[in-house]
Amino acid sequence: MRTENNTWTIIKKEFARFLGDRQLLFTSVIMPGLLIYIIYSLMGSGISKMATEGANESVFVRVENLPESVAPLWENLPATIMVPQTLTQEDINNLESKDLNEVLVRFPAGFDTLVASYNPQSGEMAPNVEIYYNSANNASSRVYHVLEGSLTAYENQLSNRFDINRADTEEAQFDMASQDDVLGSILSKLIPMLILMMLFSGVMAIAPSSIAGEKERGTIATLLVTPMRRNELALGKVVSLSGMALLSGLSSFIGIVLSLPKMIQADTQGIEIGLNYTSADYVVLLLTILGTVLIMASVVSMLSALAKDVKNAGTMIVPFMLVVMFCGLTPMFQSGTPENLTAYLIPFYNSIQVMTATFAHEMKWMPVIVMLVSNVAYTGIAVWGLTRMFNSEKIMFSK
Amino acid sequence: MNEILRVEGLSKTFKLSRKQQKIERTNSKVIVAVNDLSFTANKGEIFGLLGPNGAGKTTTLRMLSTLIHPDSGDAILDGYSVVSQPEEVRGKIGFLTSELKLEDFFTPNYLFDFFSQLHHVDETTCRQRKQQMFSRFGIDKFAEVKVANLSTGMKQKLSLVISLVHDPDIIIFDEPTNGLDVLTARTVTDYLQELRNEGKTVILSTHIFSLVEKLCDRVGVIIDGHMITCGTLDEVCNGLSLEDRFFEIYKEQKGGEE
Repeated sequence: MRTENNTWTIIKKEFARFLGDRQLLFTSVIMPGLLIYIIYSLMGSGISKMATEGANESVFVRVENLPESVAPLWENLPATIMVPQTLTQEDINNLESKDLNEVLVRFPAGFDTLVASYNPQSGEMAPNVEIYYNSANNASSRVYHVLEGSLTAYENQLSNRFDINRADTEEAQFDMASQDDVLGSILSKLIPMLILMMLFSGVMAIAPSSIAGEKERGTIATLLVTPMRRNELALGKVVSLSGMALLSGLSSFIGIVLSLPKMIQADTQGIEIGLNYTSADYVVLLLTILGTVLIMASVVSMLSALAKDVKNAGTMIVPFMLVVMFCGLTPMFQSGTPENLTAYLIPFYNSIQVMTATFAHEMKWMPVIVMLVSNVAYTGIAVWGLTRMFNSEKIMFSK
Repeated sequence: MNEILRVEGLSKTFKLSRKQQKIERTNSKVIVAVNDLSFTANKGEIFGLLGPNGAGKTTTLRMLSTLIHPDSGDAILDGYSVVSQPEEVRGKIGFLTSELKLEDFFTPNYLFDFFSQLHHVDETTCRQRKQQMFSRFGIDKFAEVKVANLSTGMKQKLSLVISLVHDPDIIIFDEPTNGLDVLTARTVTDYLQELRNEGKTVILSTHIFSLVEKLCDRVGVIIDGHMITCGTLDEVCNGLSLEDRFFEIYKEQKGGEE
């Protein structure tokens, strides 16, 4: 007699089905990672291109009545200043062509005198500076923002009585967050949700076909007439689905990690990527992902067992998916992670919070332990529930 | 005779949905599928459950195979109770119905090994039995072809083979020739006779009189969930043909309606 555990037999069969089906393997393991890498890389390149486009193009700034007080401010402009100029309406109209790398600035004649004699309490209109540019032309737009910024700073300076964070030396630094912290803060808001989404899409791609599909095709009854215990079948299904979802999630994770430098660089305009996490952080992440995928696979398995067919399973899983996605969004609108340990008893929310803390370099062991123990307990309850469902003729054979 | 199956007072009621109530043209919220059914089967015989559609034959066989639970009563198969020892019962029986399907993705070879593992058949026995069964049913040539690409007849033969991977002593067969082409039907009926000759017990359900006359040693006539009569063909037929005797019984039960 063979003594091999039936759960292991089921796991092997599920993996044989999964790994042997090239189409399923491609759509659930290879494609997610590949697509994420391609899409995120393209997005990162796109954003980066938008930010840098026009940076090397020469821009001409034609100025009418350039005041002596402003001229030194514009000495180091990334553009060529052309003075003196008299601007005509035709010059201004020509700017409508987005191919023209120009900015036109018109100061009122005697600007410095007008500014010096202007009394804000007089009720009269202040001297007005007109800056014409074309926002559809990146070079023109970029130089406009520099000019506008410098004039705004100059305007403030005229009535300034004190400075805030004046950089007297090149080394002056007021934001004391390290690059690691800045990066951690970005990752902690972004990555946990992405991981949750990827794991869920992996489970979604496989679980309905594995359980509801077996009901629909009539193959589940063939399994149910074997001497295998129902709990062995339930555990075999949950463990194999978790393994497959992990493969799918891993593929997505690799895609994210490979494309992240391009995304972050575009977003933060040049932060150097340095993932300075400890091995304990990585272990916690791995355990969190395992615990999450186990409970995810068991809940989706239960919903699939309840469903009449694969289509019905897809419909039933949607509300659950929304709840999970909501949990994934919580780091976006909360500061820090909860101190109260009972918060780590809430499935999915607990995983998100632990991952958020880990990425933000704020991981503590007690929340991790509470999260892991509770998730394993919930998985146990779900496997028990699935066993009961496999035993229920009403659920297994309802049409 | 050596009794291997004892069914005692088996009953099963199903709830009816509103849709089902309309189809059945009844106001009752439940339907009694099997009502206090009792019979026995002996080792080395083919026992047939004969009855019209909806008589409760399939429900009875599903209870014997532990796929559904009886509301009351019990059945003892080779010493094991379907109510309290379902896993042991499933290890003793081979159950086949047209509702049981095989996964299209796998090959006969893989499925035979997979179900052998679930039945805890050792590898040597599995290999020998696979060779013997595949050869007997002409599956050997298609052993590595996915089920999806097999003919309907070949799929049915494979289902039969898969249900018997563990060489069970009791074979439960729901409508064994239903939907089979004449060649496959002949293969199946011949094989059932071979099984009886090997000392196995076959419990089958059917509404085909000729099949009962050809195969069965004993028969139970079941109408509206009740066992009306049970015994050898001679005992049940009472000098009439099985078909004539069945309609005589049916008229008695239904008060003349056919």
